[in-house]
Order: sequence, then structure tokens, then C-alpha cells
Amino acid sequence: MSNIVLDKDIAHSHEHGHEDAGSMRIFGFWIYLMTDCILFATLFAGYAVLRDSVAGGPSTVDIFELPYVLAETALLLLSSITYGYAMLAMNRNDKAHVLRWLGVTFVLGCGFIAMEINEFHHLIKEGYGPDRSGFLTAFFTLVGTHGAHVLSGLVWMAVLMAQISGRGLTNTNTTRLSCLSLFWHFLDVVWICVFTVVYLLGVV
Amino acid sequence: MYNQSPIHSSAGTSDGTSRSYMVGFIISVILTVIPFGLVMYPTLPRSVTAWVVVALGVVQVFAHLKYFLHLDTAKEQRWNLRALIFSVVIILLLVGLSLWIMDSIHHNMLAH
Repeated sequence: MSNIVLDKDIAHSHEHGHEDAGSMRIFGFWIYLMTDCILFATLFAGYAVLRDSVAGGPSTVDIFELPYVLAETALLLLSSITYGYAMLAMNRNDKAHVLRWLGVTFVLGCGFIAMEINEFHHLIKEGYGPDRSGFLTAFFTLVGTHGAHVLSGLVWMAVLMAQISGRGLTNTNTTRLSCLSLFWHFLDVVWICVFTVVYLLGVV
Repeated sequence: MYNQSPIHSSAGTSDGTSRSYMVGFIISVILTVIPFGLVMYPTLPRSVTAWVVVALGVVQVFAHLKYFLHLDTAKEQRWNLRALIFSVVIILLLVGLSLWIMDSIHHNMLAH
């Protein structure tokens, strides 16, 4: 009896050890995200310091359009829940639905990036580029860094979709999916800080 | 005995359910619409609006950590939580002290 239990324990710990490699990777990725948090914190601090240094140029109230930002936010929030559905499909081992939900997330993410590029293009065309004032430099750096993260998340998502459709939901791919999940939801958290500190507090 | 069944990785992402994602999403939508509404259609005094917006932002960050990043106080996640708390301390020091220093400079050197 005790032998059986012991055997089971060994089998279990063996299997567990296998899973641990994946969860250690995910934990390592979490540590990376924490350092990324600190990167964003420095950019936020810089923005807060330079916010009023408009050098005679436009200030926050002049250039921010809240309905536009609300639409961007909606895209990002929706993409968060669609990624969540991809993770649920992954837990059911349902490859088709994982790919479908990742596809939807990808499209929503592209929509967000397109809106942001359009906003930047519009500002630069008006002569309010990052070289106009300290405020605009800090604004473009902070929001642009977030956008660059989203863009790299999209590239990663495209590669991962190719890997999943080729090799299926292997252990390696599910670990990658979990890491990208953390990354994607983390970017959403950063965006909450961006629209609160930059856009809403800028206009209030 | 290996099985290729979906792994349930415990670090960072415990499993959400369809319901918990939906709850998180609805909370998040509410916490987004209220501050945007308050700023777009001002009804409260400016400083009150600003504080409400910041407070709702903080609540929304916590909601995302709970419902989307599935961070909780479970034992397997202790290290994730510790790393996060450490980062939050660093961030508070970094941002708080930077603003304090720059504010002092502003008052002592720029505003005569």
C-alpha cells in the first residue's frame, strides 16, 4: 500500500518536474515584466516632470481627444478578453479555437496600433512632433514605448499562431502562450496608467 | 507517465474560467467608462474629479491583476507576488522621489 503511494508520488513528482520547467520559464518572464514596469515608471516620472514644459506650444488640453482615446482603450480591453478566451481554449486543448481567438486578438491589437499611429501622424503633421516641446518629447516617448511593446506583442502573436498551427498545442507552445498572455494583459495594465495619467489628468 | 493534456502551469497564470474573464471585463469596462464620463462631462469640482479618476485607475489595475493576470495570494504564486510588491516599492520610490526632487528644484531655482 505504502509502496503504491510512493510510486505514485515518484510518478507525480516526475511529471511535476516536467511541468516545472514550463512554470519556471513563466516565472522568469514575470520577473522580466517587473523590470519592464520599472522602465515604464521612469518614463511616467519623466512625463510628470515635463508635463507643463510646453515651451509656448500646445498643452495637454489642446491636443488630446478623449473619444478617440476611449475607442483605443475599448480595442485594447476587448483584446484582453479575447486573449483570455484563447487561454481557456488552450486549457481545453482546443487548437482551432485557440487560433481563432488569437486571430481576433491580433486584429484588435492591429486596430489599436493603427489608431495610435494615426494619432501620432496627425500631431506631427500639425507641427506638434516630439521636437516641439519637453511635454511632447515625454508624451511621444511614453506612449510610443507602450505602442512599441504592443507591436512586438503582435509580432510574437503572429509567430506563435504559425507555431501552433504547425506543431499544435505542445508543452512548449502552451508555455509560450502563457508568457504572451502575461505580456498582453500587462500591456493593458500599463495602458490603464497611460490613459489615467496622460489623457484624463491632462484634460481634467 | 506523460500525457499531452493541457498543462496547468501554476506560476503566473492559474486558470481563469470563462465567468471570471467576463466578470473582469465588465468591471474593467465600468471602471473605464466612469472616469472618461467624469472628465468629458464635468460635474464635480476639478480636484475631486482628478482624485476620483486616479482612485478608479488604481482599482482597475488591481482588477486586471486579479481577473486577467490571475495573481492571488495562493502559495504557488507567492514569488510572483513578492516580485510584484518589490517592484511596486521601487516604482513608488523612483516616481515619488523624482517628483519631489524636481518640485524642489522648481521652487528653489526657477520660481524667484
